[in-house]
Amino acid sequence: MKKNIMIACLLSVSLCLHAAIETYQFDSPEQEARFRQLGYELRCPKCQNQAIGDSDAEISGDLRAEVYRMLKDGATDEEIKEFMVARYGRYVLYNPPLDKHTLILWFGPAVLLILGGIFVGLRIRQSKKALEGIDPQI
Amino acid sequence: MNRLMVWLPLGFFVILVGFFFRGLSLNPNEQPSALIGQPVPVFELTDLMTGERLTREQLPRQPFLLNVWASWCITCQVEHPYLTQLSKQIPLVGLNYKDTEIAAKNWLAKLGDPYALQIFDPTGRLGLDLGVAGAPETFLVDSKGVIHLRIQGEVNDRIYAKKVQPVFEMIQ
Repeated sequence: MKKNIMIACLLSVSLCLHAAIETYQFDSPEQEARFRQLGYELRCPKCQNQAIGDSDAEISGDLRAEVYRMLKDGATDEEIKEFMVARYGRYVLYNPPLDKHTLILWFGPAVLLILGGIFVGLRIRQSKKALEGIDPQI
Repeated sequence: MNRLMVWLPLGFFVILVGFFFRGLSLNPNEQPSALIGQPVPVFELTDLMTGERLTREQLPRQPFLLNVWASWCITCQVEHPYLTQLSKQIPLVGLNYKDTEIAAKNWLAKLGDPYALQIFDPTGRLGLDLGVAGAPETFLVDSKGVIHLRIQGEVNDRIYAKKVQPVFEMIQ
């Protein structure tokens, strides 16, 4: 009986554990869409692999509030991103711009793929040549 | 040519392994601050202890540590004795981050107050301008108010000797 009461208590407690959901009022659906997009593209500085849009970290909430405030003030997406980069570094951008610091990031994989392709091609040619040298009669 | 073709992939592989191995020993939670080489952001807040207006101009005119802390932060409590000891060598400015006045004052009354100044930032506005992700964080600032170093997390003997002291000696 005691056990049952305890279980009932525990269950009722867990029902109360709702995550805090912020409510923001937007001027237009476009503004809301921009807010969501920015929340998706800006990275939480505290948590490695989460965007501020889906992170429960305190700092993510602060940054969302800041994005909201700036959107309301009429800032452009670029201005908001610049604001965040000036404070939290390039790290906050999940969608890094193409510039000299991100060249390796953007083109590294393609360069590796091409180098690998060249290598494999050369190998195939070599082994073909080696095969040609063998008399098929043997 | 043939021999090269055999060793080239292996050499390449070794280089990649070297990079990945280095990556394993890096702490991904340690982000380079965007404010290194920048002045402390402009602010207009109050002094936690006196309630008087506090701005950037009132910061010490000598190298100091700006320590971001809060009464809700456990690690701050852990590093507090070390910071107290450190405050004898280098001025310590506190940035009370997203805290309440009562909780912060109680915390200082209980654990001691080694801070030369205490900036009260209940909304975390200055914290945001400093790129603070959470408490504790500690900035090393020179006599002109320029930030030289940011430590995320606890400052202790090892971190101080390894990271803070070399820069502190350089800017002195």
